[in-house]
Amino acid sequence: MIEIERVKKSFGSLTVLDEVSLSVNTGEVVSIIGGSGSGKSTLLMCINGLEPIQGGRIAVDGIEVHAAGTDLNKLRRNIGIVFQQWNAFPHLTVLENVTLAPRKVLKMSRAEAEAIAVQQLEHVGLGDKLKAFPGKLSGGQQQRMAIARALAMSPKYMLFDEVTSALDPQLVGEVLDTMRLLAGEGMTMILVTHEMGFAREVSDRVAFFKSGKIHEIGSPQQIFESPQMPETRAFLNSVL
Amino acid sequence: MGVFNYTFHWRPAFQALPAMLEGALVTIQLAVLSMLFGIAIGVVLSLMRGSKNRLLSGFAVTWVEIARNTPALFQIYIAYFGLGQIGIRLDSFIALLIGITFNNAGYLAETFRGGMRAVPPTQTRAARSLGLSAVDAYRLIVLPQMFRVVFHPMTNQMVWAILMTSLGVVVGLNTDLTGVTQELNVKTFRTFEYFAIAAVMYYLIAKFVTLGARAIAWRLFRY
Ligand SMILES: Nc1ncnc2c1ncn2[C@@H]1O[C@H](COP(=O)(O)OP(=O)(O)OP(=O)(O)O)[C@@H](O)[C@H]1O
Ligand SMILES: [Mg+2]
Repeated sequence: MIEIERVKKSFGSLTVLDEVSLSVNTGEVVSIIGGSGSGKSTLLMCINGLEPIQGGRIAVDGIEVHAAGTDLNKLRRNIGIVFQQWNAFPHLTVLENVTLAPRKVLKMSRAEAEAIAVQQLEHVGLGDKLKAFPGKLSGGQQQRMAIARALAMSPKYMLFDEVTSALDPQLVGEVLDTMRLLAGEGMTMILVTHEMGFAREVSDRVAFFKSGKIHEIGSPQQIFESPQMPETRAFLNSVL
Repeated sequence: MGVFNYTFHWRPAFQALPAMLEGALVTIQLAVLSMLFGIAIGVVLSLMRGSKNRLLSGFAVTWVEIARNTPALFQIYIAYFGLGQIGIRLDSFIALLIGITFNNAGYLAETFRGGMRAVPPTQTRAARSLGLSAVDAYRLIVLPQMFRVVFHPMTNQMVWAILMTSLGVVVGLNTDLTGVTQELNVKTFRTFEYFAIAAVMYYLIAKFVTLGARAIAWRLFRY
């Protein structure tokens, strides 16, 4: 379970998260929607401790992410994250990209790590690209590789940050299919997305972000069919 | 008519080959040492240059500016005669080593600065998000990519360092390839032969470095 309580985050004088609270239960899929600069990416980075916070608390399975003694490297094994921009390691092959963390972090043998990597890469439809370098892959393939890379650590949670927003429209579907598959398997996920149809289909809850606050949160039906707040309505009108 | 009466005498020149090869070893030694020190200092300078401390960054900028915008000959001269005048007497080998290292460090500092900027911070973030430690992220993700960017300019600097060692004659170095050649020249006045052989040797050393580097690059940078 991920507990986010009254989290405050600022960059200098700019407040980016303003008392954000959200709990995500095991097996739940929560989508975050909202305008550019509303703090969605920042929230995901705070959850796995890539960014410090200035107030409130975040706990993952009861472990305080921002407490002084927390072993973040250990915590991050349980939290997979896939970023908005493609973050393939260009100097490593697809297979090496995926085996890196299992070998270096989980101290698996090469054979063990490769068996898992191959399985994950086949899962996302890249079984024939093991020896390729990321530079030779399409954006959609790179993004699916990044998903496989995160999954190879067998995380309990997956965070997705607009993983399709930098893709050509014809490549969006294949990545969404991969995420749909994961949701179907019961993975606990937080996904920041601009794909409203997809958010509506896979989410248990949808949170609308505005100016660093969760402005409205509810079931997909509530948010998309009868939003309570005028800002939510205005945002949805602007994107749908 | 003197010049036109010059007849080539290659035999005595070739007899001097062993002595010249020994000189070539000193040349290579100088170049390698100046590169090793140059790389170490270059890394430090590039870090200093990015520092918020004005004194540190100012020092680094000054070094880089002088190294890149004044003749290498003067840099070596100053290491020998300049330091000599303030009471620091240096052996000509050491003075030449200092001069070339100064030059190498200045150029390489800029190279490394470019290299550091060439690897986006998102790469580190992606590595850390997988649970890699800061050291592992740097060692396994940032450094290898940086190395590729700086590899070619480093090779060029190595070749340049080899050629710069020939400036040792101005500070009286007589053990490197140019020094040995010059001594033979003074003794025999077979200027053309000795310097032609020396030029070929410089060429071969430089080519060896370039081709060796190309082979290494081909092995390492497959992406
Ligand atoms: N490292 C940083 N330093 C300073 N400001 C930052 C930094 N990262 C983000 N910000 C600022 O924080 C605010 C929120 O950024 P964030 O990336 O979380 O927004 P977002 O909701 O993900 O937007 P988008 O939909 O465009 O991705 C923005 O105003 C952004 O400029
Ligand atoms: Mg974002």
